[in-house]
Amino acid sequence: MADKLVQTGDELTIADRTFKSRLFLGSSKYPSFDVMVQAIEAAETELVTVAVRYMNLEEPEHEGVLDYLRRLDCQILPNTAGATTVKQAVRMAHLAREATGTHWIKLEVIGDERTLWPDTAMTVEATKILVQDGFVVLPYTSPDLVAAIRLEEAGAAAVMPLAAPIGTGQGLLDWVGIRRIVERVTVPVVVDAGIGVPSDACRAMELGVAAVLVNTAIAQAQDPVAMARAMKHGVIAGRDAYRAGRMPVRYEASPSSPVAGVIQERAEHAAPWRAAP
Amino acid sequence: MQITVNGRLYEVEPGTTLLGYLESRAIDVRKVAVALNEEIVPRKSLSEVCLKDGDVVEVIKVVAGG
Repeated sequence: MADKLVQTGDELTIADRTFKSRLFLGSSKYPSFDVMVQAIEAAETELVTVAVRYMNLEEPEHEGVLDYLRRLDCQILPNTAGATTVKQAVRMAHLAREATGTHWIKLEVIGDERTLWPDTAMTVEATKILVQDGFVVLPYTSPDLVAAIRLEEAGAAAVMPLAAPIGTGQGLLDWVGIRRIVERVTVPVVVDAGIGVPSDACRAMELGVAAVLVNTAIAQAQDPVAMARAMKHGVIAGRDAYRAGRMPVRYEASPSSPVAGVIQERAEHAAPWRAAP
Repeated sequence: MQITVNGRLYEVEPGTTLLGYLESRAIDVRKVAVALNEEIVPRKSLSEVCLKDGDVVEVIKVVAGG
């Protein structure tokens, strides 16, 4: 079952909570809630996002996503997805707190419908308000350094730059931007949205991000449970590699095998580009 | 009298409390957030609020999301 790949003493702390797993999951787009639960277990995830919406009173449901998640030992992170103004996002956050009982909020304020790109100014403003209101705010942001710095100044508990637009699976489009944020903010950096395959998650973790949040890449895989497990290994590999410290990039080759004592050819058979010994 | 719940008009008896109305609609109040005329009503106060004609009620539930 649970492997021992996660190194002890390398827990991630966000606000008042500590996580062993650096893979966060969304709860959307799974073939069923049962598959979602199996994927969460396979990923060994300890934080799962949800959304809040108007209830359809004509079609009351017996079991919702919250019922399934409450049976697991994981932090629930409601989001403000769908919000396009500060007021709307703040209101959704308060309703989410009332509905879920958690004061954690994934803040999304979208500024463009086609790309679902976050609106930086509004996200910063909403962060300030929600921090005042006692929330642990994890804002969704672009891979823009100054946006991340402003969010940290506004009191965000973590910053969550996108790898690529939500639901696209395009992977880590601006790894330099993500790396810049990692180097400059002190709160945890969580790459959120756009991860397509475990190598994307691994690459993000290699850059030193604290965690990745994945939804569509797992939920819409042909086998979500197998992809959840693969994503976990990607995250663990990337984290271990970051901690191990990567080698510097060189511009020219450096032989791995000894250069002395190479078996020689007769001069007339030697490669023409080689200088005569 | 009439109230609006999540954008639809419903008929309710005068004197109905918010909690009474929600329970009559088989809503488990432990799993929802409720707002009355845009103000959130804490769960423990639902039984203390009497509905009035023209009230606008919002009932929010948790759904799957990313």
